[in-house]
Amino acid sequence: MSAQPVSHSVSSPASGGSSLLPFVVLAACLIIGPSLIYPVFLMKALCFAMFACAFNILLGFTGLLSFGHAAFLGMASYSSAHAAKVWGLTPELAIAFGTLVAMALGTVIGMLTIRSRGIYFANITLAFAQMVFFFCLQAKFTGGEDGIQSVPRGSLFGLISLKSDMAMYVFVAVVFFITFLMIYRIIHSPFGQVLRAVRENEARAISLGYKVEQYKLAAFILSATLTGLAGSIKALVFQLASLTDVTWQMSGEVVLMTLLGGVGTIFGPAVGAFVIVSMENYLAELGSWVLVVQGAIFVLCVMTFRRGIVGTANYYWNKRQQG
Amino acid sequence: MVDSAMLKVSGLQAWYGESHILHGVDIDVRQGEVVTLLGRNGAGKTTTIKSIMGMVAERKGSITFNGQETINWPSNKIARAGIAICPEERGIFSSLNVEENLLLPPTVQPGGLSVEEIFTLFPNLKERITSQGTKLSGGEQQMLAIGRILRTGARLLLLDEPTEGLAPVIIQQISRTISRLKEAGFTILLVEQNFRFAATVADRYYVMEGGKVIDEIDNAHLDQHVGKLNEYLGV
Repeated sequence: MSAQPVSHSVSSPASGGSSLLPFVVLAACLIIGPSLIYPVFLMKALCFAMFACAFNILLGFTGLLSFGHAAFLGMASYSSAHAAKVWGLTPELAIAFGTLVAMALGTVIGMLTIRSRGIYFANITLAFAQMVFFFCLQAKFTGGEDGIQSVPRGSLFGLISLKSDMAMYVFVAVVFFITFLMIYRIIHSPFGQVLRAVRENEARAISLGYKVEQYKLAAFILSATLTGLAGSIKALVFQLASLTDVTWQMSGEVVLMTLLGGVGTIFGPAVGAFVIVSMENYLAELGSWVLVVQGAIFVLCVMTFRRGIVGTANYYWNKRQQG
Repeated sequence: MVDSAMLKVSGLQAWYGESHILHGVDIDVRQGEVVTLLGRNGAGKTTTIKSIMGMVAERKGSITFNGQETINWPSNKIARAGIAICPEERGIFSSLNVEENLLLPPTVQPGGLSVEEIFTLFPNLKERITSQGTKLSGGEQQMLAIGRILRTGARLLLLDEPTEGLAPVIIQQISRTISRLKEAGFTILLVEQNFRFAATVADRYYVMEGGKVIDEIDNAHLDQHVGKLNEYLGV
């Protein structure tokens, strides 16, 4: 990348929220969580939280609405499941493989789409995701409608068995926490500042000397890669890779999670993911009516609190601080 | 003299969609000069400097900077060559604080001002270093918009109406800043409607009307042309 951001310290109380407290609370929640809530549910929520946080890099911090992120989640899920089940790779290698596949796919799709904007960008990413969906439907290794079932969780580094839900949970929680810290660091790095500048005023960022397409592409690939990480882990958690992860509804769901939690906030997408996954879980008895409830919440969110849960909380907190 | 121009614009034409805005603008700016584009609203002053910066998609003619033809260059390449613009709308990034806004532009070449030097020029910014862009007053935003392009090492500064909507005391501060920048060797192309402000800093004036330069006036002969200028500007 020829346009290098300047090297300087970036964290500041005003923008970075340098307080460690939220991260300590998050770590505490991750530790206490399984003693209060069923670990498999928590793992599902963490995978989606990772997915939504990765998506937020693109929508929240770069201003690009992709409607095809399920392609990365699904392809990574199938790849890691295939690597673990058919090739017999250990979980960390299977996850790495799935993540790399998502990164490669993200690079190709990103290079082809990044010059388009707004609704065109959303449409083109959706079109690519649909192509990936049909590939997954037709390809032999994905198992078509059946998906890849009974994926072995295996032993981490060949040493630590992940068969028990608790062991798997610890692994997922650690990966989530590291990913979350990494995203936070990236957003508050000079690179992240350029992304935010692009989101706010792309023309001005260009006239300051930045090749914004390169930054947008880097954000797209980063987002796709971390989405792939979420998808790869999800396949091992549920020991299943299926078409559900690659449908357009999944691309829509992550938009909903991010908007509900608070687009452009650090914690928002994770909160949004927990709310949506909880709704799906606890309102499962309603059957397809869950979708109606989700739709109603989406409408409510857009009409009444556009900043989302965390965004609105931040807004009132800042207002209170200013007296 | 024209051959030694740092910036030379010849026959510049520009369009916004189907609207033909510039109809052959010719100006030159020599190193170390402060040159002002004067004219009424809609004369094409802002479009001229945006075209120089590569921010107008459709443009024709010739723009050379330090002898290099830049008419077909993208905006980011022009910025990297050493031209910086402070737009009329200031373009402060609202989600970044003052420090982050100051440090965001890439260093394009050595010789830019240090952050401390910028704070010496604009002490208000130092006091507001952790404030978000949206929390600044108009004057502070203008100081930040000018300050951040001084760090990059760009030697030609394009300032678009830096005094617009500001209090007299801030205008004086910006006037002093431009004089100090001139002493420091910066070359400045200024767009202004406020002739009284421009007269305190400029070496030469180009008067624009209808997308063309209609007159050029040297500061040394300003007194002889005040009546004509008032007529041009409709004062």
